[in-house]
Amino acid sequence: MSAPSDNMSIPAPAIHSKPLLVRHLPYFIGAAILVVLAATLRFDGYVHNILLQATTFAIAVFGLSVVLGLCGQINLAQAAFFGLGAYAVGIGTTDLQISFWLCLVGGCVISLLAGALLGMSTLRLGGHYLAMVTISFQQIVTLVMINAIWLTRGPDGVPNIKRPELFQSSQSYLAFCVAMLAIVGYLVWHLADTKLGRAMRAVRDNELAAGVNGIDVFRTKIYAFALCALLGGLAGGLFAGGFAYVSPDQFSFAESIVFLTMSLLGGVASPIGSAIGTGLLILIPEWLRFLKSVPGLYLAIYGLFVILIIRFMPDGIWGFVADGFTRWRAKIKAPPAAAALQLKPATVGGDTVLEVTGLSKHFGGLKAVDGVDIAVKRGGVHALIGPNGSGKTTTLNVLSGLYVATAGKIVLDGTDITHMPPHQRTASGLGRTFQNIRLFRSMTALENVEIGAERPGNTMVGKGDDALTERAMEALTFVGLGSRANELISSFSYGHQRLIEIARALASNPTLLLLDEPAAGLNSTEKLELHELLKRIAAQGLTILIIDHDMTLVSEAAQHITVLNFGRRIADGESMAVLRHPDVVSAYLGSE
Amino acid sequence: MDLALQLLFTGIGIGAVYALVALGFVLIFRATNVVNFAQGEFSMVAAYLMVVAVEAGLPYWAAFIVALLGMALLGVVFNLGVYYPLRHRTYLPVIIATIGASILLANSVLAIYGPQPQVLQGWFDTPGIQLGPVYLDSQYLLIIGVTICLVIFNFWFFEKTLLGKKLQATSQDKEMASLLGISVSTMIMITFIYSAVLGGLAGILVAPVLFVSIQMGSTIALKAFAATIIGGFGDVAGAIIGGLALGVIETFGAAYISVPYKDGFAFLVLIAFLIFRPQGIFGERVAEKA
Repeated sequence: MSAPSDNMSIPAPAIHSKPLLVRHLPYFIGAAILVVLAATLRFDGYVHNILLQATTFAIAVFGLSVVLGLCGQINLAQAAFFGLGAYAVGIGTTDLQISFWLCLVGGCVISLLAGALLGMSTLRLGGHYLAMVTISFQQIVTLVMINAIWLTRGPDGVPNIKRPELFQSSQSYLAFCVAMLAIVGYLVWHLADTKLGRAMRAVRDNELAAGVNGIDVFRTKIYAFALCALLGGLAGGLFAGGFAYVSPDQFSFAESIVFLTMSLLGGVASPIGSAIGTGLLILIPEWLRFLKSVPGLYLAIYGLFVILIIRFMPDGIWGFVADGFTRWRAKIKAPPAAAALQLKPATVGGDTVLEVTGLSKHFGGLKAVDGVDIAVKRGGVHALIGPNGSGKTTTLNVLSGLYVATAGKIVLDGTDITHMPPHQRTASGLGRTFQNIRLFRSMTALENVEIGAERPGNTMVGKGDDALTERAMEALTFVGLGSRANELISSFSYGHQRLIEIARALASNPTLLLLDEPAAGLNSTEKLELHELLKRIAAQGLTILIIDHDMTLVSEAAQHITVLNFGRRIADGESMAVLRHPDVVSAYLGSE
Repeated sequence: MDLALQLLFTGIGIGAVYALVALGFVLIFRATNVVNFAQGEFSMVAAYLMVVAVEAGLPYWAAFIVALLGMALLGVVFNLGVYYPLRHRTYLPVIIATIGASILLANSVLAIYGPQPQVLQGWFDTPGIQLGPVYLDSQYLLIIGVTICLVIFNFWFFEKTLLGKKLQATSQDKEMASLLGISVSTMIMITFIYSAVLGGLAGILVAPVLFVSIQMGSTIALKAFAATIIGGFGDVAGAIIGGLALGVIETFGAAYISVPYKDGFAFLVLIAFLIFRPQGIFGERVAEKA
């Protein structure tokens, strides 16, 4: 792939010259120092307990930074998952006499399964449902902990919980927990830059665009949710071993809110923020102990702080710090030069890339699209035009899977995609842009395009992150924005955002590119540039299906035009002939 | 059979309380597109206001008015302090802020009034009447009666008055409403006041049946929320039917299955609904569309 072409004299420098583990060495050295300190420094019991609590809580809060920070889904039951892990170790090591390690793993598995099941039942629905269902789950878990006395010993709790042989002393156990924290912290930190992490961020920023860029939105959310639950369970298991005693009130809804506040205060998007938030919210109550003489006062202040943080520090303490840091870094980090973009659209089927037959989409009684046939020939620009309300965008939404067709059949390059969800259509080779731009707003231009390049089945990208970045840079350079790759989406003009959307689709090396009114909102210079770009895309043999109102653009760029009116096809054929067709003229200008 | 009838009556009574709180949820959701997780605390605060006012020596009706006026004021403060500054953000920060407000309200009351549950006497001196095999508790009769009146009032207010129409317009399309000269922020303020008063009314009505405690708000709110989902999210009729259904299910569940898990039935029913019929009984607006 992407063999350096002759006209590129500057070889593309490898983006990450050193292996990942070497670049992250400082982290591991720091973590090792902390573990050694935890194992050797003498603490009194009080300090030790605070450290142990902070360490285990931080792991649970890392879970929230995955589900809430990376994936944008709410979980108000983290204390329940924490409790599942804690009770697994509690009951397992005392009543059942099972080894600590087995119990810890068992608790993690139970939490993971509970999280996955809960997610599967509700993540298709919106955020409010998830909030409610997680609260319900939390309440049920608490009820069971209190009432299933035969299993949990009820409100009295489980005492005398055992630790592993290896870490019997409280000092060594703390060091073990710190080590676990460091490992989990590393994984969560690194997750954001993996394929799964990028998918989560894409889902958080724009679910619709994530779907049409080949991301299985539902599955990504479930992964995030299950991972969060798993970390909750792990943290709970460690907590139970550390304090040797668990009881239902430690895992109540109020604790879930504490976890949530910790992650918000520090900054939900990053494990560093989670650690800061956890530390602060464990220390502050200790400083404010005097307030605890009045019941409720401390928690009232707590509630007030939640409101104030949300109001004045939406990204938390670390978000505030990191924001400045990112801005500073984006300026100095010049993107590497890139080779010329290669588009090699797959050719499996015959001469016709897209074969639409009898496509209908009805909304109640309204027949927005009614029995439309479209045949898009390979290697050309095909335009779909029609007056306002003629069903163009509906057709495009049915083609890309955002709407389910009422009737009809869609065959893309020999594959029937009629019943596929959006991400599978993308995997089959469909790329699209949106009329109202849908980019992932919290990411840089490069990251946006990388998500496109990551399309399952993209044969133009090699293995590894470097290949991905390279492909994305090529696509950005192709649309003329390579030099600004590391800037955030918000710093681009409307016209440039449109180009980034096109680059995102191109990077995925689609078989067919759907462009939804690409010229809308562009000025005349930008329209000329767009026209040039379309020509260059078509020159590489990529088939384009374009919807637009701009007749100049359509008549110059497209060889073939299909005209819709009132949801029906009224003309179809070679472009000049179609534009002179009397039905088309009357549809646009009214009949004489 | 007699027991079943008795349970049905009690279930509808407690369900009416859920329905009132659920109505508050739905109204705020329709106006602002966010769920107010502090809705239950409105009920709790109102019940305490009522207790304080009665203890201060006010006659019951006067205490009732004072408590509801206090709730209206709380609605104003809540809107200005919690919702309004976040109105341009996504639903997530707003949810979390309302949860923060819920903690703040519950614990402020705890700090001021202490943890002992309070008792509020009922409106009527006569405890109830015997109708055949069923004993009709007067407070439950009052709750059901008030709920019926409020449902009728609601219908009249939203369908027949100009203010109601303006509120509906605001909830359906804020931009267009403001272009037509409707003050969106005023409409949202009115919604919050109305919801706080509704929640407060539910709290005052249910207080003599339950104890007045710090926890009563969150328990009622969670069930009321479950009721809105069961009935069909964002649907006024759904909230009422869902609330009544939940009250009945819970009462029967406690009587025939298990008392300790009484509070769990609502959530099990809720999760079952979310899996098998997420659009609820009246099926509306489930997925957020393109």
